[in-house]
Amino acid sequence: MNRTPVVVERYTPVAIAFHWLLAVAIVVSFCVGLYMSDLAMSPTRLKLFNWHKWAGMTIFALSALRLLWRLTHRPPADVPMPAWQQRAAHGAHLALYLLFFAVPLAGWAYSSAAGFPVVVYGLIPLPDFVPVDKALAEGLKTLHHLLAFALAFVVLAHVGAALKHQFLDRDGLLLRMWPRKSSSLIS
Amino acid sequence: MKTYLVVSALALAAGFAAPACAQQKLVPAQSEIAFISKQMGVPVDGKFKKFDAQVAFDPKKPDAAKIAFSIDIGSATLGSAETEAELVKPDWFNTKLFPQATFQSSAVKATGPGKFDVAGKLVIKGASHDVVVPVALAQAGANTTASGAFVIKRLDFKIGDGDWKDTSMVANDVQVKFKLTLTGVGAL
Repeated sequence: MNRTPVVVERYTPVAIAFHWLLAVAIVVSFCVGLYMSDLAMSPTRLKLFNWHKWAGMTIFALSALRLLWRLTHRPPADVPMPAWQQRAAHGAHLALYLLFFAVPLAGWAYSSAAGFPVVVYGLIPLPDFVPVDKALAEGLKTLHHLLAFALAFVVLAHVGAALKHQFLDRDGLLLRMWPRKSSSLIS
Repeated sequence: MKTYLVVSALALAAGFAAPACAQQKLVPAQSEIAFISKQMGVPVDGKFKKFDAQVAFDPKKPDAAKIAFSIDIGSATLGSAETEAELVKPDWFNTKLFPQATFQSSAVKATGPGKFDVAGKLVIKGASHDVVVPVALAQAGANTTASGAFVIKRLDFKIGDGDWKDTSMVANDVQVKFKLTLTGVGAL
């Protein structure tokens, strides 16, 4: 096993900031989403639903900026690993990006169809791109949930793979995305 | 001759009296009462499906007009099933205790061609408040459409009491919009 520190090419500070900011936002939104859907009607429920929608739309917008950044800045080259793992990693990244957009879009459409247009931060009214329709709302609700769970699943795989690289392979892969330059990550 | 005079006098009296007393009829299928509230900046549309009106109105004599409304509060729709289930509860409309909202006009005055200000008492949930409702009339065939909008403060009527008093959550201002189709209204 290679235990000598290797010089690792890192993601840009902007990409790292996007990654961790969105990681926190997505995990919190997912948990709030899980919690709020079973609440009885109350001011708290109304607040959480709106906060969840605002967070979702913020994640959507930040993900668009992040994608722009990703497309205009080459990420570091892959660390050495079997080809199937490389393919799996790239596939997972593609799935993550697709879901960053698909989950909020389905939520936005669900809200519109349910008759509650999204007004981001209570200030910015978003257009409704689907009609108000109870049956459609039910379908979009299910879609939003399925996509959110799919995102959770890919995130778990992503985190699992990062931990495998960190603690089993010890190849310094996590350092590429770590906020601070730290050699302590490579034991 | 005498009989003729009496008859024509009666006819004349009836002729004058008729427009003022004649009850105009509401056409419910072509009428709408909607309300728009704001929840954390989100406009949410509601509707009352059942309401009735007693209207005695001659556009030529607005001063003599009498307009009365009753709205079946239980017929309200609002957004989702969750919010509708909430609406009938004591904090909101308390539909069991106050099944109806009413409006009774006290004065009607013309403000322009086909435009009137209707002042009166609005009673919702047992609370009575004076409102002035601007109404615009439009006529097509036998139908006269009265439309307009006005704003009420929901807390004046204790709509959204208890935990829901917070107006940063649900705004105090609620817009009421109506389109009422009547038959039997005299020409403008």
